[in-house]
Amino acid sequence: MKQSMNPITRRRLIRGGVAAVAGVAGLAVADRLAKRYGLIPPDGSGIYGPGETLTYACQRLLTTRTPAREFSRSMISKNPFANAVAPPNDAFKRLAAGGFRDWRLVVDGTVAHPMSLSLADLKALGLHSQITEVACEEGWSYIAEWIGTPLSGVLREAGVLPQTKYVVYTATEKDAWESIDMQDAGDPHTLLTMGMNDGDLPVPFGGPLRLRLPRQLGYKSLKYISRITATDNIKKFGKGLGGVDPEYGYSWYAGM
Amino acid sequence: MRATHWLTFVAFVALLVTGGEIVISHPRFYWGEVGNVNTKPLFVIPIPSSRSTVPNGYNYEMPDENGWSRALHFEAAWVAVLAGLVYGIYGLWSGHFRKDLIPARRDWNWRAYRDRIVKYLRRTTPEGGPDGAEERSYNVLQRTAYVVVIFVMFPLMIWTGLAMSPSFTAAFPWTVELLGGRQSARTIHFFVSGLLLLFLFVHVAMVALSGFRSRMRAMITGYTRDGEEAP
Repeated sequence: MKQSMNPITRRRLIRGGVAAVAGVAGLAVADRLAKRYGLIPPDGSGIYGPGETLTYACQRLLTTRTPAREFSRSMISKNPFANAVAPPNDAFKRLAAGGFRDWRLVVDGTVAHPMSLSLADLKALGLHSQITEVACEEGWSYIAEWIGTPLSGVLREAGVLPQTKYVVYTATEKDAWESIDMQDAGDPHTLLTMGMNDGDLPVPFGGPLRLRLPRQLGYKSLKYISRITATDNIKKFGKGLGGVDPEYGYSWYAGM
Repeated sequence: MRATHWLTFVAFVALLVTGGEIVISHPRFYWGEVGNVNTKPLFVIPIPSSRSTVPNGYNYEMPDENGWSRALHFEAAWVAVLAGLVYGIYGLWSGHFRKDLIPARRDWNWRAYRDRIVKYLRRTTPEGGPDGAEERSYNVLQRTAYVVVIFVMFPLMIWTGLAMSPSFTAAFPWTVELLGGRQSARTIHFFVSGLLLLFLFVHVAMVALSGFRSRMRAMITGYTRDGEEAP
């Protein structure tokens, strides 16, 4: 009777110890496997690191190579919401005045042929269209048709080198940059977008050039893209978290 | 088993606080696939938002804490899901679900529910606690509440949560289509979280009524005062 009054018996202690050792060993093995197969996101450390890593690793294992949801033409939103953007700087205003003829997309980093492409050059690579949803992390969403050229084609033209792990993209807006892994970079829906709903992409929606990434939340679809940098070391950029949003506490992987 | 209860409790509180924080960045709800400030909402929570783009008649903006709120929301969701997995496997294996949670076959009728409600209303239970069989297990109302929370509401929260993930729904489009769209999933997620909060209130109130200290001791240590193992 006295034995059962005491919740900590020897057997329980041993059982608990074995479970704890197995747990720690399991975590160590999982950590090594995750590192080996590239399942740890750039912001996979710190107190939210385990959650970020679990989400990214599971999404990569479960949802790789599945195309984004596409919608019928009748579902295109009549009144899409552009969200607020910072007022354009003088350089942007000059480019806009010239009808964005002088807009350039610089492609550099771990590529065989660094390039500088105009919008006409991008269009010459072949236009694709998709009807996909923009989902903001705040909760709202809309559907539009997006017209542009897949990022994968541009990377192919530039001859992206085999050691490349991430593609960093930078906007003309101050300090706006983000990055994606090679799976998202190679996704046919990852679109350098120049048109929306059968017209030119309006400036409030990111015109003249927005990187649309329909399998991730809206904040990864940066507006006003001016530079694409392939890299094998994401830690060299900014604070090493893979984007400016992670520096403000937002997840690098925004497929969730 | 008790550890999964407390892990889930901690995760639930974190999910509730961060979920509320995320809601104030867009306190408007819609039905269907899309919804934004340019479309007609199903309903609007009349609170100031943390974003200036939401036109809700306030000149005041709430602090925007979405970054860490979202990170903690998903991390806590992982804790809840993993604790739920352990609990589910153990519950099946140990017979806890069969013995303690699924209402007995003879209670699968309205009369059993009515009788138990009448009993509550008449306070026929002896002073200071439940009687007879109920002292060691749960009555039909408790069982039903727990079954609904564990097997309906928590799975529905996980489902509607995943149905808001653009890459998860890319892989499994039916998870969002069955719910009627992304915004419907968000609205259901919000309502079920409210029901879970209601359950939490009633659950804590019931624990308090049946003797807060002894129930907490039982749920933390696994032993009741007389040294016998608690259910």
